Amino acid sequence: MTTEPTTSTPPPAREVARPQRDRAGRVFAGLSTGAGALILVVLAAVAGFLLLEAWPAITAPAEQLSRISWIPADGSLLTYVGPLIFGTLVAAFLALLLAVPVAIGIALFISHYAPRRLANALGYVVDLLAAIPSVVYGLWGGLVLAPLVQPVWQWLSETLGWIPLFQGPAATPARVMMTVGVVLAVMILPIITAVSREVFLQTPRLHEEAALALGATRWEMVRMAVLPFGRSGVISAAMLGLGRALGETMAVLMILSPGLTYSLALLLAGRQQTIAANIALQFPEASPLGVSALIATGLALFVITLAVNMLARWVVARRADFSGAN
Amino acid sequence: MTTTTGRTTAAPPSTRDALTRPDTRRKLVDRVMRGVVTLAFLVALVPLLSLVWTALVNGFDRLSPYFLAVSMRGVFGGMDAGGIHHAIVGTLLVTGFAALISVPIGLLTAIYLVEYGTGKLARAVTFFVDVMTGIPSIVAGLFAYALFAVFFGPGVRFGAVGAVALSVLMTPVVVRSSEEMLRLVPNELREAAYALGVPKWLTIIKVVLRTAAAGIVTGVMLAVARVIGETAPLLITLGVIDSINYNLFEGRMMTLPVYVYRQYQQGLVPCRPDQLDCIATINYDRAWAAALVLIIIVLLLNLLARLIARWFAPARGH
Repeated sequence: MTTEPTTSTPPPAREVARPQRDRAGRVFAGLSTGAGALILVVLAAVAGFLLLEAWPAITAPAEQLSRISWIPADGSLLTYVGPLIFGTLVAAFLALLLAVPVAIGIALFISHYAPRRLANALGYVVDLLAAIPSVVYGLWGGLVLAPLVQPVWQWLSETLGWIPLFQGPAATPARVMMTVGVVLAVMILPIITAVSREVFLQTPRLHEEAALALGATRWEMVRMAVLPFGRSGVISAAMLGLGRALGETMAVLMILSPGLTYSLALLLAGRQQTIAANIALQFPEASPLGVSALIATGLALFVITLAVNMLARWVVARRADFSGAN
Repeated sequence: MTTTTGRTTAAPPSTRDALTRPDTRRKLVDRVMRGVVTLAFLVALVPLLSLVWTALVNGFDRLSPYFLAVSMRGVFGGMDAGGIHHAIVGTLLVTGFAALISVPIGLLTAIYLVEYGTGKLARAVTFFVDVMTGIPSIVAGLFAYALFAVFFGPGVRFGAVGAVALSVLMTPVVVRSSEEMLRLVPNELREAAYALGVPKWLTIIKVVLRTAAAGIVTGVMLAVARVIGETAPLLITLGVIDSINYNLFEGRMMTLPVYVYRQYQQGLVPCRPDQLDCIATINYDRAWAAALVLIIIVLLLNLLARLIARWFAPARGH
């Protein structure tokens, strides 16, 4: 401290350099704040430009729209998008129904059953499922899975055919909603598993040990301590998976034989179609007005997935605030 | 010990008896659930193994230096020819350009969130980055198309449009992973730099970013691995083409995932019995081979990313 004044050349030098440093600092802070704000701008721009390009179709007179070959004869955009939204929801919920129980099982296996040393590696293997591109899933679903599951769907329609869902005869080849549901379920498994696993791992250690000390078996411990703690986390994980399944294009496009009806028959071909797959199918050949109509359906998809994702994130955020996990 | 066990045999079940008696039903349920949980994990492995195995078996024969070196120009019918060179060129250019857009934006956003962000804007950015990860890829493609159609007119299709679509999907992933890495940098390092009189921005560049570099590279590679397999947005923004195009700003471009879809869509070739050089399944063969290349690229990127994370990971502060 005492030597400082004797070599007192640095302080004036710093005073001189300061404005320049400040400017660099301000530029840097401005740049990074700008990048953050840009994210918000982009999200707004997505909605804005979609609306802008969809506007011609939304406001077009019915007779002009009905001239497009794939728009129903009454020329209404609503009667066109209705079955598409229905098909999208059917596909996504079917996938969710198949994926959630398996994902919870995998998450529990990795977090509470597998040996500690293996757990990380096993989690990585499940993550690999997410790394496989969707077009490869489509290829696999169309060429490998569809022929493979056809006899199973056949059997399902013969034994449970009285339920409208499994109304037969099952289509050959099995380019049906049920096959799509299975492939989509495989595709959304990793995200549901990853989020559930994180939540299960956060279960307070004391809760688990208390359950075990009271004589609970491992499963009873999971049922009484882990699952109740992780419930909201699993719900939001499922909703993230739902968002993923709603927007999935290629697997549906390459497997499903499309049709525009409000049919729940999962084993019949040519009944349903999803928004995303329909856009990819029609876009390359569409006229300017047709493109506009497709963008309008894309806007509907955007709004649906946005709502689902925001709800899911909100559930996660609320949970983080009020749970004892942090 | 012995006296209590002796008493329980005579008297009605005591507390101790109730607690120590083996409860077969509960044990059984426990066993069954252990089996169910393990089975769930094995079930998830089946599609992964089946998929990789079929791609290997079906794609390996066609995969050759020739397949990687030629495009599809002038290839038709069941010709035993054609390759994926144009698709590889397109994939590298478009993905590279997308990374060029989204890495700076994503990294700066992460820096903002970790180092500067407080209050409403930071909370909004965090929330909407999460929401943005959920944008369906086809919507990102439509957005890029709509954006460029406003300036270039309808029917716009060139490489940069696809890159913009991919960067919409890639940026939130980069933000998420970089943010996580920046938060791992111990605060002591920042404080040490401040104590030496280093300004904040220089601390971030010289200390924080350098410490987190390996993690950030890993995150970027995983983000690239994620978008390199995107098909739907590129299908509508780039179109399809059979020849090589190096120009990102003019003309259609082919990419690997779109190539796989295109070959799959063309299906079986009707061959006359007298045509000896006609292969009926040629399109599917090419699709599988291209899919195999795509899987290999994605898995290599994933593996490399994890290895970088492991090799260059800074020692965690205690």
